[in-house]
Amino acid sequence: MPKVKAKRTLTKQSRIKKVLTGIQGLDEITEGGLPQGRPTLVCGSAGCGKTLLSMEFLVNGARDYDEPGVFIAFEEKEEELAENMESLGFNLKELEKKKKLAIDYILIERGEVEETGEYDLGGLFIRIEYAVRQVGARRIVIDSIETLFSGLQNENILRAELRRLFRWLKDKGLTAMITAEPGQGTLTRHGIEEYVADCVILLDHRVTEQTSTRRMRIIKYRGSVHGANEYPFIISEEGISVLPLTSIGRAYKVSRQHISTGVPRLDAMMDGKGYFRGSSILVTGTAGTGKSSIAMHMADATCRRGENCLYLASDASPDQIVRDAKSIGINLAKWARQGLLRFQSTRPTFSGMEAHLVYIHKTVNEFDPKVLVFDPISSMASTSSTLEVHSMLLRLIDFLKSRGITNLCTNLTTGGKFLEQPEVDISSVMDTWLLLRDVEYSGERTRMLSILKSRGMDHSNQMREFLITSKGVDLIDAYLGSGLVLTGAARTVQEMKEREEALLRAQETKRLEREIERNRKSTEAKINALRIELESREEEVKTLIQHQITNEKILTNDREIMGGMRKADSR
Amino acid sequence: MKSEPEESWKLRLYVSGETLNSRAALKNLKKICEEHQEHKFIIEVIDLLKNPELARGDQIIAVPTLVRQLPPPIRKIIGDLSNTEKVLIGLDIIPLPVR
Repeated sequence: MPKVKAKRTLTKQSRIKKVLTGIQGLDEITEGGLPQGRPTLVCGSAGCGKTLLSMEFLVNGARDYDEPGVFIAFEEKEEELAENMESLGFNLKELEKKKKLAIDYILIERGEVEETGEYDLGGLFIRIEYAVRQVGARRIVIDSIETLFSGLQNENILRAELRRLFRWLKDKGLTAMITAEPGQGTLTRHGIEEYVADCVILLDHRVTEQTSTRRMRIIKYRGSVHGANEYPFIISEEGISVLPLTSIGRAYKVSRQHISTGVPRLDAMMDGKGYFRGSSILVTGTAGTGKSSIAMHMADATCRRGENCLYLASDASPDQIVRDAKSIGINLAKWARQGLLRFQSTRPTFSGMEAHLVYIHKTVNEFDPKVLVFDPISSMASTSSTLEVHSMLLRLIDFLKSRGITNLCTNLTTGGKFLEQPEVDISSVMDTWLLLRDVEYSGERTRMLSILKSRGMDHSNQMREFLITSKGVDLIDAYLGSGLVLTGAARTVQEMKEREEALLRAQETKRLEREIERNRKSTEAKINALRIELESREEEVKTLIQHQITNEKILTNDREIMGGMRKADSR
Repeated sequence: MKSEPEESWKLRLYVSGETLNSRAALKNLKKICEEHQEHKFIIEVIDLLKNPELARGDQIIAVPTLVRQLPPPIRKIIGDLSNTEKVLIGLDIIPLPVR
């Protein structure tokens, strides 16, 4: 937005001295507060927070800026004011005791006072001056001056005196806030804007679709630039908070540091290091795809680093989140106990979306988280029109980015639509977009994760199967074969097939081995048999030879016996 | 309703310094008192420039303001008291004209 830039340069040139109101957001949209030493008109109908705004202006001045204040009340008594403000944490009595604040209740008797002849409002002037002198006031509130019109009949005198009053306030150098109620088609019922024209703030209280929204607009700021939009504001336990989100420029510094996603394999998919610090992460998916699990991991990883994490849960109570996280092995209760993790689980429908965002702002300012988890942002969509939700979320993300707070938003996509088109389309401002989807295949649902985009890093384009186990989220490679991505049981079947084949191959080898063994054994057996045969042959031969020798001997012997008998001497 | 002469009237006139209006108011008041001597008037003039803190008690905004402290209830008349009849009615010295 070039407008923002133009504004910044103008501010430097503007000569008007300003005083800080100390009201959250108001000082930003007025670019530094109210005009010093001049009256500011605050108009708005009954119950829209005029008295509170002006009182906070005084209390902050007295307490934080060493500028004592005077409250001239025409409508509420001192005691009533003190009581009302106490519920917002302002201790008026104590400030009065310390002489930092003076409250003067001026009773206007409506029509009961007889008027005869000339008069002036010297009494009022003296009272104001007395109160101002008592505390050495630098700020003053007159709430609301128009009540005078109902108490005094001579309008000519009244108008002349009012003019004198405002001139007097300026002469005294008092930064004043004058409240008034709007009239028919006019800013104020009695045309006070004629006298108080340096700065005009309009407060408004609207109810659309049963949700109330308070808005503030700077109608006019003489000699200064200011945010021209309508800014939502809320009245909370700590007073007024204005949401000047559009006033934030986009010129924030970006970090080059990475932070872990809490899921090692997801880190691996993102340059091996995880998200960029201060970036915005969008996790979209249909119901039950594990968006919250990613969010829980993020919260866990943040607290592990010893950093504060703000967990905005609009769909579940903190207790439930802790329980659910435990079921996937994440102990969030521990971090909550240590004060590192803070849950905020108000539904935006309860307080109105603007109020919800203001609460977020407040908590962020006070808790100073490094990471904000918003689960889910789609719950915002139920409260207001899409356009409104969209602009509010953009403002929130801008705000977080300008603070360098890493934010992770989950967003529900409903079936039937394109998965890439989430319910609240803020994807253009997000740096990283994780898409979780359900894949139905052969009678089974499996979860898949892919990174649709991740600015400024080399991220994986692969789809991963997303498992939610009792030890947390795990990503496993999906089966990539024959141009098909298989997950879940289909992947398992494929893997089983492969295992079976491997087994078969192993069995075949074994069989072959056994066969060789058998061959060897039978060959050996044959060899054995042959050897035995040979041995028996040898034996036989030996026996034969023995026989022959024996026979020979017997024969020789016989011949000798025969020879003896024949008295042979042939030898 | 006629008031008894013994009843005393306590009137307070708030002014801020010596202005034309205050002088006129005081003069007119004195005249009225003189003309109605059947009542016993106790007049107290308070200059708010000297005693600004007193403006709070009677809730004074305009000056001059005449306050009837006694008899109750408290009544206030704003202005220089130039219209005698209005003052008399305002102070309840004479009843509303029935003319």
